[in-house]
Amino acid sequence: MIASGRTGIGRIKAGGSARSGAEHWWRQRLTAIANLPLVVWFVVSAVSLSGADYEEVRAWLGGLFNGTMMVLLVVSLFWHARLGIQVVLEDYVHDRALGLAARIGLDLLTVALAVSCLLAILVVSLGS
Amino acid sequence: MADLERPLSPHLQIYRWHLTMALSILHRATGLVLAAGLLLLTWWLTALARGPEAFALVRAAIDNPLGGFVLFAFTLAVFYHMANGVRHLVWDLGIGLGKEEAYRSGLLVLGFAAVATVLLWIAILAFGGGSR
Repeated sequence: MIASGRTGIGRIKAGGSARSGAEHWWRQRLTAIANLPLVVWFVVSAVSLSGADYEEVRAWLGGLFNGTMMVLLVVSLFWHARLGIQVVLEDYVHDRALGLAARIGLDLLTVALAVSCLLAILVVSLGS
Repeated sequence: MADLERPLSPHLQIYRWHLTMALSILHRATGLVLAAGLLLLTWWLTALARGPEAFALVRAAIDNPLGGFVLFAFTLAVFYHMANGVRHLVWDLGIGLGKEEAYRSGLLVLGFAAVATVLLWIAILAFGGGSR
């Protein structure tokens, strides 16, 4: 029950949050922890690739391990960024209609960019 | 009701700036910068999938003084946001929340970000720069 972020007493004393409660907080931490090894891997890889040509970079990403790591990196980074920007919007955008529009735009843009990345990784992995 | 002259709690501009509050807003600022960096990551990955010409365009955008500066800023933002993120995770465990501890960990985060960024670029210039 740790994943729900709620204690036993919290469940007993009240019905709980009317909305998603601790879910946002929890996922932000989860993706933060996931980002740590993934970003370290990416930074080290970027250094080793800094002089590489197109074919070398493609061969690097075409490997199963690197392809897997890149998929995980993309999912974790985009998810984390989306959660973070959402909080910024909630803090600074006070107009409800504008805030709603920004939220919708953020979600659509995040999914569009992340899917673009994932499909690009897939294309490189399949070598087509 | 909103028009009444009610007393407000002191807001940001009332307080003298101090380290921990500067680091706090810097965490958010670097987060936004890094989110913008995801656009570059997307461009890089899709160009890699599209072909050598598209990839050469990304390289041309990066491989100049301005592009280098942007990448340098991104690495600094990465290391700061990463280290300060760990600081936040430790706080979430209820550790290091005291005033002196928070200042010390803040300085540690700044030091880590600076040293890691410099070391990274030494590594890039030493191992990667030559074969271009």
